[in-house]
Amino acid sequence: MNIVVCIKQVPDTAEVRINPETNTLIRKGVPSIINPYDLHALEAGLEIRDKLGGKVTVLTMGPPQAENSLRDAISMGADEAVLLTDRAFAGSDTLATSYTLSKAIEKIGADIIFCGKQAIDGDTAQVGPEIAEFLGIPHIAYVKKIEVVNPVRKTPFSDGVKDGYIRVHRLMDEGYDIVESSIPVLLTVVKELNQPRLPSLKGKMAAKKAGIKKMGHSEISADENRLGLKGSPTQVKNIFAPKIKSDRIMLAGSSEEQVSKLIKELRKIRMQ
Amino acid sequence: MYIIIRPDKCNGCENCISSCPYDAITVRSGVAVINNELCQLCKACLDVCPEGAIVEVEDTPQPSGISHELSAYKGVWIFAEQRDGKIASISYELLGVGKKLSEELETGLSAVLFGADESEAKELIKWGADKVYLCNNPTSIKFNDEIYSLLFSRLIEQHNPAIVLAGATTIGRSFIPRVAARLRTGLTADCTSLEIDKETKNLLQIRPAFGGNIMATILCPNHRPQMATVRPKVMKRGEYVAGKTGEIIYVKADNLTSRTNVIDTIKEVSELTINLHEADVIVAGGRGLGDAKGFKLLEGLAGAMGGAIGASRAAVDEGWISYSHQIGQTGKTVCPKVYIACGISGAVQHLVGMQSSDIIIAINKNPEAPIFSVAAYGIVGDLYEIVPLLTKKIKEIKGITSL
Repeated sequence: MNIVVCIKQVPDTAEVRINPETNTLIRKGVPSIINPYDLHALEAGLEIRDKLGGKVTVLTMGPPQAENSLRDAISMGADEAVLLTDRAFAGSDTLATSYTLSKAIEKIGADIIFCGKQAIDGDTAQVGPEIAEFLGIPHIAYVKKIEVVNPVRKTPFSDGVKDGYIRVHRLMDEGYDIVESSIPVLLTVVKELNQPRLPSLKGKMAAKKAGIKKMGHSEISADENRLGLKGSPTQVKNIFAPKIKSDRIMLAGSSEEQVSKLIKELRKIRMQ
Repeated sequence: MYIIIRPDKCNGCENCISSCPYDAITVRSGVAVINNELCQLCKACLDVCPEGAIVEVEDTPQPSGISHELSAYKGVWIFAEQRDGKIASISYELLGVGKKLSEELETGLSAVLFGADESEAKELIKWGADKVYLCNNPTSIKFNDEIYSLLFSRLIEQHNPAIVLAGATTIGRSFIPRVAARLRTGLTADCTSLEIDKETKNLLQIRPAFGGNIMATILCPNHRPQMATVRPKVMKRGEYVAGKTGEIIYVKADNLTSRTNVIDTIKEVSELTINLHEADVIVAGGRGLGDAKGFKLLEGLAGAMGGAIGASRAAVDEGWISYSHQIGQTGKTVCPKVYIACGISGAVQHLVGMQSSDIIIAINKNPEAPIFSVAAYGIVGDLYEIVPLLTKKIKEIKGITSL
């Protein structure tokens, strides 16, 4: 089973603020981490490999320092790591990012692709499904449980393909769906799926020595017009600080009094 | 020159597959596609197609989004979601903002509805839609990413709307990215405000990023349609006009297949809806509850207010309540009209998931708790005293008003 896990190095968003004077991001001193959901994606990939064999390749796109996140992933047990780094990729929006990752995945080859449900910096949740569309394979978003991974399918689906299949639980707004899909497939995962393992000592040693494969636009045979800023239909016009609510009222008095005051305030709002 | 199969004409009959000596044609989700890397332009497939869907095209392949003049794209579209055949409230919110945008652009407003019947489509018209594209084929009833994205992108390609909006719900955020990728256009996730640029007439898409710590305005200036998913509970519904009529256009969904299959749908058993994205009121509990029984108390309050139950990560990690209730950075992001935080200290990771709620009420023993910094109303005290009192008062008021 060839498994590719897409990860992203992100700033720890809890610490990101905006400079209200200049309207620019204050990134200084903000630590970089692997996007928390991607750790669950990696764990899912590792568990399947441990059970069925095969290999797990971690893939990221970013500046050269994104290599650190790949080494962290190897210390957790990933077999191989690929860093997509090229000036041509700079300024990619979700469409260009997904295209680039899909071209790399075509080169690497994958039966199952895992992504976190979203990255905590952009919060778009778009890259996973867009990669699947570019690869022409199905995807299942918000996976919270993997029930069956079967490399050989029992009954062919209507398209006649005799690949393997997977059965998972997909989190929905009012519960969950049990969904089956043919393999190859892309899954985006939620935190509930598993508990990511900690790096082992052996893993840490491997991470130090591991060769990280670097790929640019020519290695993945990508169409240059679909990369980076040029390949990105969306543009950020401006960023600004959110409005801060300053009309805070601290209620006082006994519990009884505070509750009465609150009810009064709430009724006032309803009258408006 | 290259050869393409027009997805709007292809009926998925598969006749072309065997005609290709290079195995360049495959059928995906009921539509044949040519792999341009394998295609040798031998034209063997051209005459095989009974629908005339296989055609030669000059020049290099252009992304469909920029192959036409931008001005050829007209109208505002919304994707109307349904649950068990009933229109979901996000659809009315989308019609509300869609109406506003279409009036500014002096154009029409259309809704696309899969898996519901005509009476529901008529509701969409009364809430503002001029046209409804309705597919009530059995295959379209259950949500399926491949079928929905294929059907929706086909419609968009046939009618070329300038703006396409959908809900930033589980369903919308799962399949709309596939539509955008198929159309090779931009998509902005989870918008909280949409406006039209007065000069360029472009759609200004405003959304929070970095967990709500910053806001960004996104444009899609050179591609059409301009696509966005919209956060539930943010946009106001439009005006309901009981006598309004409009056009319902029936859409076929024949020959659509998918490689994913929903085996079963399980509704999480809870007396209170856990659909936090759609709730007007959320009563949330944290470590300050002390134990799992605390949530029983909160359920009483939520029940009285018609609300849903939320939780901080601490309460979920303690095992007091399931993860589906978790709000915050690694849980759900919510924005109800009223958010009542009980015994939640307000770690930043929790705040980013709820700070855009309209009215935040915080109940906490510790007057220094950070939750008070985002609260409109703060009560310092024992929640085991406050919550029952509040529940009782609200029940009394409801009792009076219902008379």
